Amino acid sequence: MDMVRNIPFFSIMLAMFSGPVCSVLPGKAARVVNAAVITFIMGMSAVLVCILNISGESFVYMMGHFPAPWGNEIRAGVLEAWMAMFFCVVMLLSVLGGIKKLFDEVVESKHNLYYVLVGLMLSSLLALVYTNDLFTAYVFVEINTISACGLIMIRENGRTIEAAVRYMVMSLIGSAMILLGICMLYDITGHLLMSNIKESVAAMTAGGNYPEPLLFTIALMSVGLAIKCALFPFHAWLPDAYGYSTVSSAAILSSLVSKGYIFLLIKIIYRVIGFEIYGDSGVIDVLFFFGLAGMIFGSVSAIRENDIRRMIAYSSVAQIGYIFMGIGMGTEFGMVASIFHMLSHASTKSLLFISAIGLTDVSDGSRRFEPLTGSAYRNKTAGLAFAVGSLSMVGVPLFSGFISKLLFAEAAVSLRYRMIPVLVVLGISTILNAIYFMKTVIRIYTPVENDSYPHVYLKDVPLYSVVLVAFVTLNVILGVLSDPIVELIRKGLAMFS
Amino acid sequence: MGSNLSVNYTEVIAMILFVTGFANLLLQKNLIKKIIGFNIMDSSIYLFLAVKGYITGRTVPIVVDNVTSVEAYINPIPAGLVLTGIVVSVSVSALMLSLTIRLYRRYQTLNLDEISTRLKREGM
Repeated sequence: MDMVRNIPFFSIMLAMFSGPVCSVLPGKAARVVNAAVITFIMGMSAVLVCILNISGESFVYMMGHFPAPWGNEIRAGVLEAWMAMFFCVVMLLSVLGGIKKLFDEVVESKHNLYYVLVGLMLSSLLALVYTNDLFTAYVFVEINTISACGLIMIRENGRTIEAAVRYMVMSLIGSAMILLGICMLYDITGHLLMSNIKESVAAMTAGGNYPEPLLFTIALMSVGLAIKCALFPFHAWLPDAYGYSTVSSAAILSSLVSKGYIFLLIKIIYRVIGFEIYGDSGVIDVLFFFGLAGMIFGSVSAIRENDIRRMIAYSSVAQIGYIFMGIGMGTEFGMVASIFHMLSHASTKSLLFISAIGLTDVSDGSRRFEPLTGSAYRNKTAGLAFAVGSLSMVGVPLFSGFISKLLFAEAAVSLRYRMIPVLVVLGISTILNAIYFMKTVIRIYTPVENDSYPHVYLKDVPLYSVVLVAFVTLNVILGVLSDPIVELIRKGLAMFS
Repeated sequence: MGSNLSVNYTEVIAMILFVTGFANLLLQKNLIKKIIGFNIMDSSIYLFLAVKGYITGRTVPIVVDNVTSVEAYINPIPAGLVLTGIVVSVSVSALMLSLTIRLYRRYQTLNLDEISTRLKREGM
């Protein structure tokens, strides 16, 4: 049993060291190494999920030789292990789905460098999920930012470099705020480990000491993380970064990077500040309000967009709004709904990005809607996958998006003052989602006469089709077998405290 | 309130520097000025940490003359945090500068807004 405790540390290190190894290998070998490492970590995390789910207890892994208040720690509960496994699944599928595009868009000498970045990205995500130390979390937030910047600009043209600069500027502001928040928290509590800080914060609040610094700290860390995951109104960098980078990067950025930060925020809420103290601070109302605003304005921007990739990118702004709305509800139901929506959005958004690339490829590479007419007939798998992703985003039963909307609505019913705004905005946002996604689905399924574009069949792109089928299966699994997953999220949240 | 500010004047300076750097990073159009703003912002946090870690009248936490009392030494952890933070901010500055070089070679300007308008005009 003790061997199992090494899994979190081993996953982080394996992902990190796969980077340097990939940097000296040729592109093809790097691809194999990368896929093997991600699959291996996925398998290990699955074992960890099973064992923790049966034992029902979390564990703390001591890094180095120093015990609790001084040393560094890793902590794993069932939710952390589940997230690690899920991140690996989505990462693997996103990378495999975009391989063909990577060959077209990136110069060949840089192919292996892409896998260096993917390895770094995965290790930083895993570290954000598992770490029990706030300063370690900050360092890995920065590693995450740097590798995300690399992922954006590996396809080198003016647009992506500009997008990378804008992304870096917003991210640096966010991480400086997080760092200042962590420093202040360290000053008033004297600890860096999450569990120790929580004890001190609880004692401080009970004694009525330092109320203003604590509030300021909570605000700095929450806003910093919200900026980094592009909560409305900090989303200006997002459409360019997601819209012009190579498709694997767009899928990874939209479905994983923002989720890593949100998971860190949830850990800060539960394990650093304490759920009640966080709920009593005004910060949660701010997150709630901007979550609601994001749900509307993200969708409105998506409707006005005439570029399919940028439309999907703007839809991310709306979906991040959903997640923050759930966090802002301040109840456990809301939190469960948010975490489920993280899973649902991660699996759906990467599916949409990767299927959209199949559609634009059979339309002379144009991303405007006009040439995309009828493209679902030219590439049947991609068309079907895009339709499934759209239906899931709109919230049609059988798919994951329906369950997350249902959970949000259920969570809203138990609220007092926030019920009406949540339900109203949820309704409006669903209609707006339906407008732009259904518009696109109808457009790609409208037959054109004198079709002069090339046709692509299943056997032409076997790997791509397998990836799309896997994504659709993942979506349906989340939609149909949601009960055990929600139960697992509840169990994991209970382990947090 | 006012007396607190004058006693803890170093923290006040750190906060003023933080806001200065923050505004520069966000509002300057010139990329180099943005990077300078970022460095001012990060350095102000290190100043804040270093000040918080120092206690007047105490010495570095290295045991000499067998003085083992906790009262004699300052807390070494903030210094360690500052070092880690400096490493992070150096690597991020390097990345930002390399991006700036790429943009300058392509567009012969450091003005981010001008680059954006040119990109829009190119329509790609």
